[in-house]
Amino acid sequence: MVRINGTDEDVCGMTIASYLAENQYDFLRIAVEKNGEIVPKSQYDTATLCDGDTVEIVRFVGGG
Amino acid sequence: MNQIPTKEEMTAALQSRIGVPLQQTFQKATVAVCGLGGLGSHIAYALARAGVGTLILIDFDTVNLSNLNRQQYGVSQLGQPKVAALADGIREAAPYVVTVPHAVRLTRENIPALVRDADVICEAFDRPDEKSMLVDTVLEAFPEKYLVAASGMAGLSGANSIKTRRITKRFYLCGDGVSDVADDIGLVCPRVMLCAAHQAQAVLRILAGQFDV
Repeated sequence: MVRINGTDEDVCGMTIASYLAENQYDFLRIAVEKNGEIVPKSQYDTATLCDGDTVEIVRFVGGG
Repeated sequence: MNQIPTKEEMTAALQSRIGVPLQQTFQKATVAVCGLGGLGSHIAYALARAGVGTLILIDFDTVNLSNLNRQQYGVSQLGQPKVAALADGIREAAPYVVTVPHAVRLTRENIPALVRDADVICEAFDRPDEKSMLVDTVLEAFPEKYLVAASGMAGLSGANSIKTRRITKRFYLCGDGVSDVADDIGLVCPRVMLCAAHQAQAVLRILAGQFDV
């Protein structure tokens, strides 16, 4: 299981890019933290999710 | 007209408030503020008053009438570049803070050169895609730097919903995370100031070596 935003999900083996696309995240408005580090957007296609990973997908909203 | 206090007088006044070690720590620091709107203009003032020695101020825009409901500018500054108007204001509040103005739009290409000298970088943009781009670019180019960003401060929700979170060791995020300017009444000054204050306080705590939230 991969813990994503506090929920355990059975997505081991997926790339971050495919997980984000499947869950309709806008790549241009997020940051992805995996196991305490930010995953650069350039690595979304290659970084895979593995059992035991903890992930937070931060969504940016407008205003400043 | 009153004479401007000397640098020694300003330093002594600050040291009498926060102590010598902290004043020296803040004085040595360089902080970059990316975007000088509702968040960035308040962040910059707060850090200047607190004694941060050097502020890199970055914004491509000029002061507009629609900014005055929440941003730290006045009617006499309408039409001026924000970097110049803010540097003028800061000089009045803290005359010996060094301001390094860059009147440019930040892009993936120019960010690394512009923020390279900063110990801590504040993301204070308006648009979510630019927030995301800055976070991505800074943390990829400078894994050793600290970044304090913001998301969610629109509308009239309660002050207590604005929070500081530590997402990674070096990435802090302030705001309520959800209040989008696109589907709320817009931005009101106190709530933007609350978020800016969270960001400025996070910066000072990082500089002081107090990394928890």
